[in-house]
Amino acid sequence: MTAANPILTTTSRPAARAVTASVPAREALTQITTLAWRALIKMSRNPEQLVDVTAMPVLFTVMFGLMFGGAVSGSTAHYLPTLIPGIIAMTTITACVGAGIQLREDMDKGVFDRFRSLPIARIAPLAGPMMADLARYAIAAGVTLTVGVVMGYRPGGGVPGVLAGVVLAVITGWSLAWIFLWIGTKARSAGAVQGMSMMIMFPLAFLSNAFVPVDTLPGWLQAVTRVNPVSHVVSALRDLMNDGALTTQVGWALLGCATVAAIFIPLAVRSYSRRV
Amino acid sequence: MTTGTPHVERSSTSADQAGRDSPRPGTVAVEARDLTKLFGTNRAVDGIDLTVMEGEIFGVLGPNGAGKTTMLNMLATLLPIDGGEARIFGYDVCSQGHAVRQLIGVTGQFASVDENLTGRENLWMFGRLQGLSSKRAHSIADDLLAQFDLTEAAHRPISQFSGGMRRRLDLAASLITRPAVIFLDEPTTGLDPRNRSQMWDTIRDLVAEGSTILLTTQYLDEADALAGRIAVIDRGRKVAEGTPGQLKTQIGTSSLRVQMAEAADTAAAVALAADLTGETPVVTLAGSGFSVTLNDANQAADVLVALRNHRLDITNATVEQPSLDDVFFALTGHTSGTPTSETEVNRS
Repeated sequence: MTAANPILTTTSRPAARAVTASVPAREALTQITTLAWRALIKMSRNPEQLVDVTAMPVLFTVMFGLMFGGAVSGSTAHYLPTLIPGIIAMTTITACVGAGIQLREDMDKGVFDRFRSLPIARIAPLAGPMMADLARYAIAAGVTLTVGVVMGYRPGGGVPGVLAGVVLAVITGWSLAWIFLWIGTKARSAGAVQGMSMMIMFPLAFLSNAFVPVDTLPGWLQAVTRVNPVSHVVSALRDLMNDGALTTQVGWALLGCATVAAIFIPLAVRSYSRRV
Repeated sequence: MTTGTPHVERSSTSADQAGRDSPRPGTVAVEARDLTKLFGTNRAVDGIDLTVMEGEIFGVLGPNGAGKTTMLNMLATLLPIDGGEARIFGYDVCSQGHAVRQLIGVTGQFASVDENLTGRENLWMFGRLQGLSSKRAHSIADDLLAQFDLTEAAHRPISQFSGGMRRRLDLAASLITRPAVIFLDEPTTGLDPRNRSQMWDTIRDLVAEGSTILLTTQYLDEADALAGRIAVIDRGRKVAEGTPGQLKTQIGTSSLRVQMAEAADTAAAVALAADLTGETPVVTLAGSGFSVTLNDANQAADVLVALRNHRLDITNATVEQPSLDDVFFALTGHTSGTPTSETEVNRS
């Protein structure tokens, strides 16, 4: 601190600025991308945060492929077209849980107090990390696909079908993450977020058609899997990646994602704003 | 509220809470009326009135747990207000929070910078968040790092920063857009003397540049050195307000602290001191000594000579400027660390 010098010759005199009543959309976008940049830096400096989108998909693909392949489809190779879209959906949802845990940890830190004291869009501290997390979902889908291809998966939809599948997975991750973000704003600790999120994540991922054909399930469970948006996402992923077909399932999957986002974005933003 | 413009000495009666507003020159920067915060049944802030004029340093003095930070957080839109109202340059803190946030800078007791980023990255990020272009955010970041003696550490992660460096970076982060009002919550708590005096100089420079500062502190000497006016807060209530001079006049200029060799002699010594000074000495918690307010520093010698003449042996004697405890005792009838009954008869 060069205390003797008058400091701050860099900006104008205080109180000379015009005060606005709300954040213009363009500035809000800058704020969101700035906070996305922060989240990406944080990710790159704490690579252990990426374990759930790198090591986990490898583990699940190999494990489930070898264990259930014979029982469900006769062989691992025949099971892969069913399994890989399922694993992509599951790892994407697992990656979503991280969003809530990260937010909870961030909210306990002093820097979030400063975010709250700044004239920035209320949604920016939530939306910024959500933007950065798109990379995580893409990594999860990419790793799963790579392991699948190594194990013998040959997607019939070709490159366009596979890319469309990855985009759908990323959209799914982004939409469902708002559920866990909302939990993050409600829970008392990162550990509590983890526990509560598991209670939601496992039924979402497993009470679906991700790993087994639905017609082998009891009737009531079939009904549950049909309303689970994850089932529609998995069906849509299979249609896109295995057949390269843009079916109504894709529409249902997108509608399901939009519904979840429409419900949980306002809940998460309101809960975040109230939390001090 | 009290009357009197900043830095202008008034008669000592203006230190009391007449509860009336008289017109005064200048613009009101911060205004709070009957500000209240409840945590359960605990009235953490209990009906505080404050008026801070543009361009002044206003000190909020009080012990830990008095409600200083809670009050500041409400003014900074970080905590909802449970009762009363507050305005920053006329903007309502509750209903116009976004406008208020454009006018204020907040530096808390605990560093609110990002641990994952370097010092320069932190300042750049806060600049970008407040609408600066990337280039301008970088140039302001570099200027601030230089001004706060952090250039060498600019590319180091915050986790390697010392406490003083963090505090400096934290303040720098509050100054990026030159806020009109700066809230400083105990800016020097935990700093070594060198960093402390640097922080004082920085605060004075900010005001010279036109900022208004509302700072909280536990230290009377800090409030005395920096603030044009001081409000003393105790258990959520304002117990006094005035210039440092007014407050000191209210409680005497200095005090004599005496430690007796034999605790049994304390009562006799206190009686002597009371006779000689005309003040009521305060017996220390351990009961083996006392302190007494001096209207004139020479009275210290009178008391010590009298003790010697009465063969009341002492182990230690010091003449001190009024401490926060003295202020509190004079203003509230209890010491800052000692909870007493809820009836506050002596509130000025």
